[in-house]
Amino acid sequence: MTFEAVIERDVSVAPAELGVRRARFWTLRRIATPIVIVLVLLALFLWIQTLEIDSIMARTLNADYILLRTREHLELTFIASALVAVLAIPAGIVASRTTSRLLRGTILTIANIGQATPAIGFIILLAIIWQIGFQTALIALVAYSFLPVLRNTMVGLSQIDPSVTESARGMGMTPGQVLRRIELPLAVPVILAGLRTSLVFCVGVATVATFIDAGGLGDMIVNGLKLQRFPVLITGAVLVSCIALLIDWLASIAEDLLRPKGV
Amino acid sequence: MTDSTADTGASRVLGGRPTEATIRTTTTITTVKNTSGAHIELKNVNKVYGEQTVPAVENFSMDVEPGELIMFVGPSGCGKTTTMKMINRIIEPTSGSITVDGRDVLSLNPNELRRHIGYVIQQIGLFPHMTIAENISVVPKLLGWSKEKTRNRVDELLSVVQLDPKTFAGRYPKQLSGGQQQRVGVARALAADPPVMLMDEPFGATDPITREKLQVEFLRLQESIGKTIIFVTHDFDEAVRLGDRIAVLSDRSKIEQFDTPANILRAPANDYVASFIGHGAALKRLALIPLYDALLGRATDARGTASLSETDSLRDALDLLVLTGLPAIGVTDASGKVVASVTVDQISAELGDDAGAGAPGVLS
Repeated sequence: MTFEAVIERDVSVAPAELGVRRARFWTLRRIATPIVIVLVLLALFLWIQTLEIDSIMARTLNADYILLRTREHLELTFIASALVAVLAIPAGIVASRTTSRLLRGTILTIANIGQATPAIGFIILLAIIWQIGFQTALIALVAYSFLPVLRNTMVGLSQIDPSVTESARGMGMTPGQVLRRIELPLAVPVILAGLRTSLVFCVGVATVATFIDAGGLGDMIVNGLKLQRFPVLITGAVLVSCIALLIDWLASIAEDLLRPKGV
Repeated sequence: MTDSTADTGASRVLGGRPTEATIRTTTTITTVKNTSGAHIELKNVNKVYGEQTVPAVENFSMDVEPGELIMFVGPSGCGKTTTMKMINRIIEPTSGSITVDGRDVLSLNPNELRRHIGYVIQQIGLFPHMTIAENISVVPKLLGWSKEKTRNRVDELLSVVQLDPKTFAGRYPKQLSGGQQQRVGVARALAADPPVMLMDEPFGATDPITREKLQVEFLRLQESIGKTIIFVTHDFDEAVRLGDRIAVLSDRSKIEQFDTPANILRAPANDYVASFIGHGAALKRLALIPLYDALLGRATDARGTASLSETDSLRDALDLLVLTGLPAIGVTDASGKVVASVTVDQISAELGDDAGAGAPGVLS
């Protein structure tokens, strides 16, 4: 009798069901971004239609050219971000695990220099001492967007309630099991936020790749400037902005889907 | 129920020979349990942190019998938690030996060792990204149990800690109240049926009402499972309520007194222990003595309608006597029949008798 009564009372105290979170998934904020992107692209398209296209503009303002540059741009962005994820997350784990201040300091300093150096300076210096092209641009991008993921991995791991890791240890998990089963899953939201920042950084900075002949939508912007064809410049700039917004939006959805339940 | 009490002290006192004023059974201190616990022995254990010259724990030795519930009581920073955590090597001892059932803890793989020692901490430390069932399954999974066996064990344990498996197994820790989380913490520690449990102020973060409820449930649970438990607390009253034996610790985990709650309350070894007990030692002792263990008067002496059950404590009796102002109050057996009475004099005599100063059979 009393047993049942206890359960009933405790249930009423228990916080809301999980369903609530699912119901709030498609909020106005979430659907606003794609709507804005579609409207902006539509407006751009309609505006271009009203213009007289001369032969110089026609060389860039055509579907083949735009798709090629966009593909190059996305390739640079995603490969660089993937490399950042593969390199910066382990580096963050090492930096947060090590007791050596020297090692942690070194990792952080390198990452800081990478971000603090202006991307355009770095990419051109690298091209001068090494080579021009895709690979150089990739390295510059990785260096530039390394820090957010590194930082967030370290923060994500350090903000875990120490009592959670202590009880994991106390139950007989090996340090590797504690990391894989407890710490990394709990750090996922913070690490993903870092990756999202990195991705958006990459989209913007990849425009610089054009200076070392690595393609991307930067070509359109620079050509538009050099040739005094502002519709070309504006198309390039708007496309880059829309890609950045779209990737940020996709990343925000990924963050919500990959966030561990119950957290 | 009337028949099942036939072999307890109660019926002998209360129902045995009502014409004689009193019959007394001796209060036995060692409780007989069906124990699945292990024998723990700590010998000259020391812990020195880093470069410090003063040890956190100095020459700690203790012998714990299987199935005993040992309370470590002491002020913050006295080393009681450090001492406890050396048993599962969350903290490595600097020197000394620790054995569980004769096996040297320090020579075992620490991770293997910990899978066979239940561990409950004050902050509970449930894994927030795992459901209640997954939290409880952690150690069984580490030990390679089958899914079927694990699932059955989870359901069994949730029932043991009075949480409905259907309702709670699929929930996340965040969706539980503090008291419920604490119960899951205990269930999780019991998952692989470890012979030893280490509990670091497990009820410390709950409100007084929940805490008392958890304590009562915990005592009942321990009665049936009989683990060897090391329980750290700074609350002396909690130690008295739960412990088979209490170790009162001072700086560097020095054992000032190690005895049963009744003995410590009756005869504190020194001023330090006495100060730890604080005021009201007599009342605390009365709370430990059930009426069926006390010297009582005839049923016909009882006045008024107020009465107590034989399983209530002398403290409850005193409370009711003071409250009602009656000279004597009836004591009922399990069937609700008044079989004896109790007066203030008898209660005082009980305390005096326990201390060895009073004369037996004070009753008129």
